[in-house]
Amino acid sequence: MQNNQQKETEKMTDNHILSIKNLYKNYGSTEVLKDINIDIDEGEFLVLVGPSGCGKSTLLNCIAGLEEITSGTIEIAKLDMSSVPPKDRNIAMVFQSYALYPTMNVEKNITFGMKVRGESATAQKAALENVTEILQIGDLLKRKPAQLSGGQRQRVAMGRALVRNPKLFLFDEPLSNLDAKLRVEMRGEIKRLYQKLKTSIVYVTHDQTEAMNLATQLAVMKGGELQQLGPPQEIYDKPNSIFVAGFIGSPAMNFIEGELQIDGKAKFFKTQLNNEEILISIDHYQFESAVSHGQKLTLGIRPEYITGIKPDVDDKMLLSVELIPTLIETNGFDKHVDLKFGDGEIGGRFMPQEQISFNEAHLTHLNFSKISIFDRLSGWRV
Amino acid sequence: MTNLTMTNITVQYSGNKPKKLRFWHKAARYSLYILLILFALFYIMPLFVMVITSLKSLDEIHQGGLLNLPENITFEPWFVAWSSACAGVSCNGLKGFFFNSVLLVVPAVFIATLIGAINGYALMHWRFKGSEIIFALLLFGCFIPFQIVLLPMAILLGKMHLSGSITGLIMVHAIYGIPFTTMFFRNYYMTIPVELVKAAKIDGAGFFRIFFSIFLPLSPPIIVVTIIWEFTNIWNDFLFGISFSAAGTQPITVALNNIVNSTTGVKEYNVDMAAAIIAALPTLLVYIFAGKYFIRGLSAGSVKG
Repeated sequence: MQNNQQKETEKMTDNHILSIKNLYKNYGSTEVLKDINIDIDEGEFLVLVGPSGCGKSTLLNCIAGLEEITSGTIEIAKLDMSSVPPKDRNIAMVFQSYALYPTMNVEKNITFGMKVRGESATAQKAALENVTEILQIGDLLKRKPAQLSGGQRQRVAMGRALVRNPKLFLFDEPLSNLDAKLRVEMRGEIKRLYQKLKTSIVYVTHDQTEAMNLATQLAVMKGGELQQLGPPQEIYDKPNSIFVAGFIGSPAMNFIEGELQIDGKAKFFKTQLNNEEILISIDHYQFESAVSHGQKLTLGIRPEYITGIKPDVDDKMLLSVELIPTLIETNGFDKHVDLKFGDGEIGGRFMPQEQISFNEAHLTHLNFSKISIFDRLSGWRV
Repeated sequence: MTNLTMTNITVQYSGNKPKKLRFWHKAARYSLYILLILFALFYIMPLFVMVITSLKSLDEIHQGGLLNLPENITFEPWFVAWSSACAGVSCNGLKGFFFNSVLLVVPAVFIATLIGAINGYALMHWRFKGSEIIFALLLFGCFIPFQIVLLPMAILLGKMHLSGSITGLIMVHAIYGIPFTTMFFRNYYMTIPVELVKAAKIDGAGFFRIFFSIFLPLSPPIIVVTIIWEFTNIWNDFLFGISFSAAGTQPITVALNNIVNSTTGVKEYNVDMAAAIIAALPTLLVYIFAGKYFIRGLSAGSVKG
């Protein structure tokens, strides 16, 4: 079913800027990347995200041609690039450490690639002027990298990528070396630049906020495998595994363990709270695979569906209980509160004006209208 | 550093038993200085004796008084040592041999440094299967004693028709220097981020382009270290010099030995001393002028940005 759909869309659009098929990468006997399949249309901003060691940077290096792949194919702009050297892949890359050439000034850093490729002095000058204007680095041109601040280096590194005018931009954690404030600033700048230039980008980060903010397509990776690929909102709303659900979104999604109860036509999620059995109606939930009575499940609910003010939904989907706050974090526009829930804790988002005190039971509403349900054993969405 | 620490400790203690401690501290400090001055005198003594002896006439030397300053300063021994002292059968002084050494040292240092730089760069940033083993074997080359290679090298030079030639000596020294220079450069290049190479590769630069455009401009500190190290070693070498040279191609160390040992009749100590100073002068000068870069190069190395 899914396969057919995929094939159809492929035929219809067929403007993949990047197409990775059955990619494997081994270091000796360790598999670093396992059966990666990604298709990205022209003009998409693909973000590869995952915890450290998930293979996202290796995958980016494979796309760049800086690492050889073990098997599979990589197509960039419909050309098989699997064994083409990096310089002929029509890509440009921005690195985490910026990798500016320390002994060259900004101008030479930017035009070095053009010089190596033997492009004319006039072409170099025109390209330089162009990126200087886009990135507003005119007054930095004669400076050496050591004389630049982190943000300026970042900009120059992007300039070096821009003059290439490539089919595909690759970013390897470009913001991790910046302090928090500058990171947010540069993040906005990258996004603005992307919206302006409408280029295709593959971007690697371990920061899920950055990933959500930037991506038009998000690829969540874990242990060398692609967990889920899709628009960020879709991944946020319908994570296809417990891992993705827990990794994307901050504060993280809450998980409640229980099992499936089928009563005639009605489906319930059965769980325990303070030695009391609770049945949550999940008739509204669209199961994606076959489930059976008694199956061990994990229910995922986002913090914004755990509130102090009663939401306007069907009572069937609502669980209103007194819970004890164990941690209250205020950030001005809302309060993030951890509450004791059975043996564990759940986090909710409360309005700033609500009076919540540590260790004092508070009436809390769990709104189950938008939930994710996973098979507890396999960890996949059901 | 030590001084600072010692002072700090005293300041801390001075609240409790100031007077007594301060006395002992001072006593320790002064004895330390006295000891250091004695050591310094001990070390400078030979050079001092050499310099004053080289400025005395033979008569004055024969009067005794090794440590006496010269009554009549004469530069005659220096001129003799430079242009007319007898080394073996020829009596043209050191000057010919001095230039032999220059002709030998300059190319040998250049070749060893350049090859070491390329080796270090390749072994660090263009890893291939077995590159670690090759580096380990090269390091092993640092520990091979000269004596072991004498015979094989003599045979090799013979087969290459380079026996007794300066070219042959250059080759020997360049090869012997490569393990050291490779190690210097490899360790220095270890501090240069790999991403720099990746960026240059994507920019389209190849092996040598990256080396000459990016790595070499970053290398002056380690180049200075390598040059001092190699220059000193090759200039001061005696064993290879005496083994692989012939009459007319001997380096200065061998000629110095000949001058000192082959005098007939009266031993001209003043000429010997002058000759020894001349032979040692270039390495001394290298240290005086480039010494601070040597220290800097050894301690520096990291690349910012």
